[in-house]
Formats: sequence, structure tokens, C-alpha cells
Amino acid sequence: MDTSIWRPILYLIGFMAFAGLNAAYLGWCERKGAARIQRRTGPMEVGFQGLLQPLADGLKLMSKQLLVPDGVDGILYRAAPILAMIPALTSMAVIPFAGNVQARAVELSVLLLFALASIGMMAVLLGGWASGNKYSLIAAARSVSQNLAYEIPMLVTVITIVMLTGSMNLEDIVLHQQGGFWNWNIFPLVNHSIAQAIIMPVSFIIFFICSVAETNRAPFDMAEAESELIAGHMTEYGSMGFGLFMMGEYLNMVVGACLITILFLGGWDCPFGLFPGVWWFLIKIYILLFTVIWIRWTYPRTQIYKLLNLSWKILIPFSLANLLMTAAFIKIF
Amino acid sequence: MQATICQTAANPSLFSAESFVGLIFLVTIGLIFAGALIATTSKRLVRCIAGLALCFTGVAGVYYFLLSPFIAMMQMLIYVGAVSILIAFAIMMATPEEDDIPGNQITRFAGPLGFALASLIFAALSLLGLKTEWQVFPKTGAGDMQAMGTALLTTHSMVFELISFVLLMAIIGALVLARRGRN
Repeated sequence: MDTSIWRPILYLIGFMAFAGLNAAYLGWCERKGAARIQRRTGPMEVGFQGLLQPLADGLKLMSKQLLVPDGVDGILYRAAPILAMIPALTSMAVIPFAGNVQARAVELSVLLLFALASIGMMAVLLGGWASGNKYSLIAAARSVSQNLAYEIPMLVTVITIVMLTGSMNLEDIVLHQQGGFWNWNIFPLVNHSIAQAIIMPVSFIIFFICSVAETNRAPFDMAEAESELIAGHMTEYGSMGFGLFMMGEYLNMVVGACLITILFLGGWDCPFGLFPGVWWFLIKIYILLFTVIWIRWTYPRTQIYKLLNLSWKILIPFSLANLLMTAAFIKIF
Repeated sequence: MQATICQTAANPSLFSAESFVGLIFLVTIGLIFAGALIATTSKRLVRCIAGLALCFTGVAGVYYFLLSPFIAMMQMLIYVGAVSILIAFAIMMATPEEDDIPGNQITRFAGPLGFALASLIFAALSLLGLKTEWQVFPKTGAGDMQAMGTALLTTHSMVFELISFVLLMAIIGALVLARRGRN
């Protein structure tokens, strides 16, 4: 009992350090990636290839004064950035990085992750409203309508995986996919029927689109669309208030990538030996994160109406059909 | 983990696991009361919603202490993640900034009268709770999702169908109202 209390606490300290470093260096990767795609060089001055730039940026953000502008709702304005971090940090606690490398084994971890993801929206909503700024308010309204729309196909798609596995435990879902990459949920050719092999990639694509939209990333970053809304809900935030929002966003990206890896790409399962499982897990999530960055700098931002239409008119019907077909195939075969 | 929550030593020390769990329980109770107070007394509607969300979070904590993590998480997912956010969304769409509602004859007496009524109801309910001989029913299932799903689709399938029927009616009603407003 004694050790099991300290285990999550130590993990949370580790995850906090990870959150800072991850935000700093994913930010660096994003700037470098953007620069490469746009035929620029990106940050080059501080350190080799600008590698120390994120540390300099972090120092600058931390040394700035925390300004609370006039006309904001003081309590909610201060609470929103903290609220942006809490769900992301907490959900790291139940993610299994490898067999037994997990802060807390929770039986219903899939449900816990989605419950936490749904409160993450609260930060954008309250932050946008409390700023007392029309741009922020529009960003909050957009973000909420977008998140509500994309949560439905995401949850429906997760149900297909839960039905295939028969468990809501992330560890069980990974164990179910072990024994060679052909057993991963994205292409279950051997364990299941041919028909399922056709629909599972569809689930993967739906889930991937939804997770990009849920983390407010381009081309779905309607909340902070800088050309229309300045920076949306973050307009009035400076110094570490802004820093916390950014850390929350990058950590949410990591949680999303971890979920995709666990649900579809076999978690810590190795395609071929070489390294232990944890490294494969990290390689998979960083490939996914790179894809998300790559998409951001390749496609232009959509309009909010097209974005909502994509979810309500295409993704939700497809995911419901997917759910029905999966249920039917499980019953028949 | 769940078994350790309900096990309490006869005389736990202050820094033991049991007292830590008890502290967390007090925090969830505090969240419920603080959230309820904010939700009822705040003048700004968005703050009320934030208080409501806080209160729902505390209720989820109580469900967890009652050894039903599934219901606790559904509480978070549905009440905090969907209901409060939808209410907040509706408020933001409807009213830009609400001013004080001018007080009239009824509101002047509303506070004391409400307090008196509420304390009367509280006293009556607590008296009832203390006087009643409670029947303890044997535990029927493990309370896990599988048992719950089986029960919903076999023993209680009628209720399940009725609930889905009510929800369908609500959806159709909302569609009819929205269509009428469009012209």
C-alpha cells in the first residue's frame, strides 16, 4: 500500500517534467518542420540548429509578469490555464507505456481518458469567456461546438474497438493485439474476417481525424485561427498563462497519439525485435505527432461550417454504420 | 485498489493511507458544497456554470467512494463534459452580459423564507433518516459494466426501451422547435 501511493505521485512529478520538455521540444520540432516545408531554416541562432531556443523561450515566458487585464473575470481568467493542464496531466497516469510501465492500472482506463478529455474543453470555454474579449468569446463558442461534434464519432469508434477486445482496459487492448504487426487493430487480417479488415482502417481514419480535431490542431484549429481571431481564447494571456495553454495543447497531442497507438497500432508491441517495447511505443507516438505537424503545415484551415458539416454529415453516419457492421460481423463470424 | 478504500483501521494514524483516503473524501464533499454555493449565489451565469461543474465533479468523487467507478466516470463524461458545457454554450449564445435583476416585493422575502423552508426540509429528512429502520439488501452483482449491461438488456429491458423512446421524443421535439424558429 505504501509504495502504491508513491508510485502515482512519482509518476506525476515525472510527467510534469515531461510536459515541460515535451512542449518545448515539440514546439521546436514544429517550428523546424514548418520551416523545412516552407523552404526556410527556422530557429538557428541559439545553440546548434537552434536546439537551445525552447529553453530561452521558456525562460522568457517564466520571467514575464503575469498581467491580468482590466475587465476580465479574475477567478476564471486565472483558473482556465490550470484547467487546461489538469486533464492532460492526469490522463498520462493511466497510459501503459509498456507491460507494467504505468502509473496506475485502472480497469476502465478508456472511459477515464475520455471523461478527462471532455473536461479539457472547459478550459477553452472559461478562458475565452473570462477574457471579456469578443475574439476570445467567438473562439470559445467555436471550440465548444467543434469539440462536441467530434466527440461523438470518436466515442462511437472507440466502442468498436472495445467490442472487439471485450475490455475497457488499455493494457488488455494492447495485449489483445500482440504477436506480430498483422495482429494490430488497424489491419486485423488473421484473427478476424476479411470484412473486418476492410472496416478497421475506416475506424482508424475516423479516429485520427477526430483526435486531430479534438486537440484543436490545424486544419481544425478554428479556436485560435490567428488570421481571423488573433489567437482566440489565448489572446489576453501572456507569460506562463499562455505557456500553460501551450503545454496543455502539446500534452493533449501526446495523449491523443498514445491513444491511437494503443487502440490501433499495437501499443508497445514490436514489429521486429531490435529495442524493448517502450522505445517502440515512443517511436510510434512521435511518428504520429510528426504526421500531425506535417498536416498542419500542408493543408489550409477550413471554415467552421465545413468543419461542423464534416462531423455531423459524414463522420457520424460513417462511424454509426461502422459500429453496426462491426457488431454484425462479431455476431456472424 | 477498491478494496483498500473501504477497509478502515480501528484507529488510523494521521499519515496512514486510510487518513489520506479520508482527506480525499472530505475534499470531494467540500467540492460539492463549494460548487453548490457558487452555483446558487454567483451573479454571473458563467460562474454559476463553473460552480455546477465543480459540484458534479464532487458527486463523481462520491460515486467513486461508493465503489462504482463506472458511474463516476459516466458522471464526469456526461454531466461535467456535456451537460454543463451545453448550458454554458447556450448562455454564451443568448445573453452577452447580465445585469442585476431589479428586486421586487417577492425577492425581498425570498431569502429568509427559502432558508426557513430549506432548514425545515433538511430537519425533516434527517429525522426521517435517523428514525427509519433501514433494510440492507444483499449485494446482487459486482456492479461492473458487464453485469450492468446484461441487466439492462434482460431484466430491465422495458425501462431501457422506454428511456430510449423518451430521448427520441426529445430529439424530435427539439428538431420541431428549431424548424419553427427558422422561418
